[in-house]
Amino acid sequence: MTGAEIMVRCLMDEGVELVFGYPGGAVLNIYDAIFKQDGFKHILVRHEQAAVHAADGYARSTGKVGVALVTSGPGLTNAVTGIATAYMDSIPLVIISGQVSTPAIGQDAFQEVDAVGITRPCVKHNFLVKDVKNLALTLKKAFYIASTGRPGPVLVDIPKDVTAHLAVYAYPETVTMRSYSAVSKGHSGQIKKAAQMLLDAERPMIYSGGGVILSNASRQLVELVRLLNHPCTNTLMGLGAYPATDRQFVGMLGMHGTYEANMAMQHCDVLLAVGARFDDRVIGSTEHFARESRRIIHIDIDPSSIAKRVKVDVPIVGDVAAVLDEMIKLIKAGQGGKNAVALAAWWTQIEAWRARDCLKFDRESAVIKPQYVVEQLWNVTQGDAYVTTDVGQHQMWAAQFYKFDQPRRWITSGGLGTMGFGLPAALGVQLAHPGKQVACVTGESSIQMCIQELSTCLQYHAPIKVVNLNNRYMGMVRQWQEFFYGNRYAESYMDSLPDFVKLAEAYGHVGMKIEHPGDVEGALREAFALKDRLVFMDFITDQTENVFPMVPNGAGISEMILAEEL
Amino acid sequence: MRHIISLLMENESGALSRVAGLFSARGYNIESLTVAPTEDATLSRMTIVTSGSEEVIEQIVKQLNKLIDVVKVLDLSEGSHIERELMLVKVRAFGKDREEMKRMADIFRGNIIDVTERTYTIEVTGPGSKLDAFIEAIDPVAILETVRTGASGIGRGERILKL
Repeated sequence: MTGAEIMVRCLMDEGVELVFGYPGGAVLNIYDAIFKQDGFKHILVRHEQAAVHAADGYARSTGKVGVALVTSGPGLTNAVTGIATAYMDSIPLVIISGQVSTPAIGQDAFQEVDAVGITRPCVKHNFLVKDVKNLALTLKKAFYIASTGRPGPVLVDIPKDVTAHLAVYAYPETVTMRSYSAVSKGHSGQIKKAAQMLLDAERPMIYSGGGVILSNASRQLVELVRLLNHPCTNTLMGLGAYPATDRQFVGMLGMHGTYEANMAMQHCDVLLAVGARFDDRVIGSTEHFARESRRIIHIDIDPSSIAKRVKVDVPIVGDVAAVLDEMIKLIKAGQGGKNAVALAAWWTQIEAWRARDCLKFDRESAVIKPQYVVEQLWNVTQGDAYVTTDVGQHQMWAAQFYKFDQPRRWITSGGLGTMGFGLPAALGVQLAHPGKQVACVTGESSIQMCIQELSTCLQYHAPIKVVNLNNRYMGMVRQWQEFFYGNRYAESYMDSLPDFVKLAEAYGHVGMKIEHPGDVEGALREAFALKDRLVFMDFITDQTENVFPMVPNGAGISEMILAEEL
Repeated sequence: MRHIISLLMENESGALSRVAGLFSARGYNIESLTVAPTEDATLSRMTIVTSGSEEVIEQIVKQLNKLIDVVKVLDLSEGSHIERELMLVKVRAFGKDREEMKRMADIFRGNIIDVTERTYTIEVTGPGSKLDAFIEAIDPVAILETVRTGASGIGRGERILKL
């Protein structure tokens, strides 16, 4: 077989269903081999960045490895934003890039770029395949590395001549590497210690992140939280891991987290962090956080995430699901409840914080409030949609007001904060889940960064519902300029916007413009009733609305600005 | 605090740049870095001298372990160990300097490994501090050129870094 045929066959044997890609000179042999097979479907995007985001949306919503295929040079550099996005959020992807022929490497050949060098800081690992005999094994390793341990993107760079060279096909069933092994079980002694600490806690808090979703440990998390009757918060990446409509859920925490979640984080006496990494947008200033004393239990599969930003009393390295299983057993058998009075008092305190109703907004407004649109989206989809977003205010409102009750429904770029992610990610989600409701909540600025994918959505019949919260500003930039830069709105106004309705129609879709609060619900119902069409809803929203609560950059997590304080 | 970290990694192209890239990307210090293949040609051994707080060193070790090409990491500073570095110094050696340079080389148990009418090249081996002392001891004006390898380290006694 040729290298190209081997590559295609490897993807089939790996069980790949969809490959998102864009052809070019260095991958012509591969595309020829794709033409001759029917094991997987190729989705032709309009820009390589979108190929990676779509594969990413596919991976986040299914838990499987997403696959993208790009050509050398600009194909690869366009893909880098997508790769870095996946890397920051630990999403399992295999990206295959074409490379110029091996004799031409280093000659500044046409469309040559050092793919391995450029992507090194934003991949879990990468490979340059110089010999066709190593191709199948390398691809096996790529899928293995991408999907095990703390997941992440893996790049395989294949020179054009390697795709033409011949070798015997042999795809290994399994692979072992002396330099890489994924831990699974946690340390039993530590888990025992942690379980007792949780049983004895007087003001406990459970803080869970994206790791719970990556480890498919939502069931275990819910069981643990209910067993203990502790409050639970999810990070932006962890939304849906614990049902948002449950009484014990105190909302998202962090820079735009709820008052009750942030106050409970600051004032708890035992904090269980599960698959979360105490990042700057979550706990704010580490000095301020450390002012209150609390004991911290930290479960994470990546040892380097533990004790990176805060000191931890009980570190547990292991797969979240496996560790929680063991912990639940111990807690069921353990002696607890002696602090029932203290725990009840803690809940009273939390309810008092919750009574501040920190997410309230003006419901009498004559202009559309963006929060109301998201609330109605939740209502109309009965909380059962897959929701992707771009980055900015709309992302935070979606996180605050769409109450996710299931994992893998909330698809957002948390770590890198990539504008342009939402639409291609929604494409990947919709193709992975035909017939399911998929909404892309976006803004007029973000959507323009990958808007060309409306074309791909038409080609592959992806009936996504685009919810454009159009306030004619880069809203989050404007908000910071209002608070911290004396209302000097430098370059954050979006002038000369296209007519989104006509634009949607030009791409062959349905466009709607909604300008009055009374029309919001009806428009959403009408859009979701069009089950086989992409509908672009352009909601003209309040230009001055801000996201609250807000922890100013560098401040402490409990130092929030609330809406009523302004 | 100064730490000396030894690691074994796959002897593959690009492995070195992964380690170097990690240090620059995360803002860690590198005082010196040496690398060469081991008796097992598939493995390279690297010695890195770095400095930082205990938290930073802990992160460095964890991040190194996370690199896929890295097989094993050992912070030599955590136990007793030996460090050696090699230096070649080319010095001016004529007139009264010629005798003086020979004498200094002998005192530091250095070897003169290249001789011309006007220069000596002296090889000195030892811990970094000894090499520093040698440089201090000779007339700075006489130094024409120096090259140092950076430290290599190994644990004492039964402390072994091997697969």
